[in-house]
Amino acid sequence: MKNIWNFFAGTLLLISKGSKAYYCWVLLLLVLMAIGASAFLRQFDQGLIVTNMQDQVSWGFYISNFTFMVGVAAAAVLLVIPAYVYEWGPIKEFAVLGELLAVSAIVMCMLFVTVDIGHPERFWHLIPKLGRLNFPQSLLAWDVVVLNTYLALNLTISIYILYNLYYKREPNHNFYTPLVLLSIPSAISIHTVTAFLYNGLGARPFWNSSILVPRFLASAFCSGPAFMLLIFLLVRKYTKFKIKDEAIQKVAEIMAYAMFINLLLLGAEIFKEYYTDSIHLNSFQYLFQGLHGHSALVPYIWTAMAFNVTAFFLFLVPSTRKNTITLVIGCVLVFVGVYIEKGMGLVIPGFIPDTLHEIYEYSPSNTELMLAMGIWATGLFVYTMLLRVAIPILNGDFHVADDGVSSYIGDDLFIVRQDDAEGETVVAEPVPARE
Amino acid sequence: MSEITKVDYIQHRSRRKFLKGLAAGVGLIALPSKDAAAAVWDEFFQRHFRELSRDELKGVIARLEKDYSKKFAKQVTVKTTPPIEGVLYGYGLDLSRCIGCRRCVYACVKENNQSRDPQIHWIRVLQLDKEKGVDLSHAEHYYNPDKVPEKGHFYMPVQCQQCEKPPCTKVCPVQATWKENDGIVVVDYNWCIGCRYCMAACPYGARHFNWGKPNLPAAEMNPVTHYLGNRPRPKGVVEKCTFCIQRTREQPGRYPACEEICPVGARKFGNLLDPNSEIRYLIENKRVFKLKDDLNTQPKFFYFYAT
Repeated sequence: MKNIWNFFAGTLLLISKGSKAYYCWVLLLLVLMAIGASAFLRQFDQGLIVTNMQDQVSWGFYISNFTFMVGVAAAAVLLVIPAYVYEWGPIKEFAVLGELLAVSAIVMCMLFVTVDIGHPERFWHLIPKLGRLNFPQSLLAWDVVVLNTYLALNLTISIYILYNLYYKREPNHNFYTPLVLLSIPSAISIHTVTAFLYNGLGARPFWNSSILVPRFLASAFCSGPAFMLLIFLLVRKYTKFKIKDEAIQKVAEIMAYAMFINLLLLGAEIFKEYYTDSIHLNSFQYLFQGLHGHSALVPYIWTAMAFNVTAFFLFLVPSTRKNTITLVIGCVLVFVGVYIEKGMGLVIPGFIPDTLHEIYEYSPSNTELMLAMGIWATGLFVYTMLLRVAIPILNGDFHVADDGVSSYIGDDLFIVRQDDAEGETVVAEPVPARE
Repeated sequence: MSEITKVDYIQHRSRRKFLKGLAAGVGLIALPSKDAAAAVWDEFFQRHFRELSRDELKGVIARLEKDYSKKFAKQVTVKTTPPIEGVLYGYGLDLSRCIGCRRCVYACVKENNQSRDPQIHWIRVLQLDKEKGVDLSHAEHYYNPDKVPEKGHFYMPVQCQQCEKPPCTKVCPVQATWKENDGIVVVDYNWCIGCRYCMAACPYGARHFNWGKPNLPAAEMNPVTHYLGNRPRPKGVVEKCTFCIQRTREQPGRYPACEEICPVGARKFGNLLDPNSEIRYLIENKRVFKLKDDLNTQPKFFYFYAT
């Protein structure tokens, strides 16, 4: 117990230290979080009327972001499989960074759902025994279960490993391996269940397609790793933490295959709808061409298509995959492309036209944008903090001191700088003078 | 008491105790105005409608009646009349008679205490082309001529179809909505968390969300209410047509407000289990169809052509 407290106190001390850039970055995130919080208070007070959602389009920007973030949480599994199942060294060294990303992504998922519901204070109705969780009937109940399981697994695994490394102990293989193996089907399950959530609704032909689950999985194996690769490239550049080329290449290669499957499945859906040309085509028409003069999503989806196809070729061709610049471009394109396609591009057309064929064209309100920004900032804040602790531990710069009580902190400086392109976190620390 | 229900019962009891303890504990913290705070916490910790014991239900109803009576400055009653045995409600709508006047829409709003601003309507009347038949993709929702019916058009009111296999209740993560034994699909407004999954699942656009604080003028408030029906709703919950549960479950009962107001007799209502009822006659003798029959939701709302 005392050890845990000492570890915790040490991490608090660690995260309070850093360079100017680190402080600025954290401050920026805190400001954005405060803006988001104020937007939430306003929404809580006045109701969801401050959003642009209506009865016709009853889910909007929040649920779009939620859906996308469930995909990002997959990132971990793409590292976990080669690392722990195939015991592939190059990836195993940093698999924990993926698990921490999953943790941050799930936190964001939960926040996005919380701000979307009308009575967040009634959350206890979802707790089994205390409330009345409609399990196994409701897929939303399933989602509550699998998301929490996945969060718990990733938290346990990563904290356990980091905690032991901090105390210079070899993590007990027999304890964490079963958890890691369990986290693989668990990662698959969060995507499957989230896709089923939409998939099972006969009322919404746009979602009621049997290949929705594989589509979700395929795109999830692109978006999460894209974000992770960007982080790895930066970690590698600005810290002495070494990530081998072959590891990054392998992830990029898997992304190319995943993107191919994603595009293939989307193409299959488009063919089926357009060739059949039934009434169910309407939502696809709205998304890709516009319907009865309503075409808000059209430019976005074509941007996403262009991004995804371009990124596919960038990752497929070995020379562009190996070139850092084209690799970074590819990652950004995938991230944005999937964000559009599996966010607003998936959720909104399900409601347009609505079940009585009315068209209400939705776009998020300022409150929705501010609140969503606040949640993104929260996610980045959580990930920054986790990396601030994890990277020095993995580097051997943060561990228990010789007295066995206080902690040794090898790097006071922790540089975090904002990337122009995406606003991604860039985590870095200077290479110490002595090696 | 069988073994299983016994276990359930015990679990229930302990949970009840736990919640009560929690409520009492938290209630103590929020001291300022003791009664008001207690009511707030009572409401917060109120359990699911179907789990309330007789005494607890009494307490809940007393609290609600007190709240509403004060708020609307009139004596408000909140009934909890259960389903009548041997009754399964069914609704018939004669498309050959409906003239699209929307009187049903507003009679429903008045009877069921819907929010006036933002406006919530449980009934949506669609204007369709006679040439195209029942083709929703050509429906006009916001027709507004000087006089109805317009030449070349017919009208189709859509409201909750009270499905035998409701897709909306299945998806609710907290069982805040369910089908009663008389076939009416109801919502416990004190249990709904407002996730709106049911709205995504409903093929008929029959569910409506209180996006803002409902605005119901005290003078227009209908004080005869049912817990599962037309009692005033808070913001952030879903609501829907209940076949006027506060009227139709009484003995002697009354017709739903929409049925009562219809100037052309296009609306029919009755007991599907009574072989001599008008609704049974219509189903057996007229050309009848159910909306989106292919989804197998099995509506108990029947559209028919009497002429």
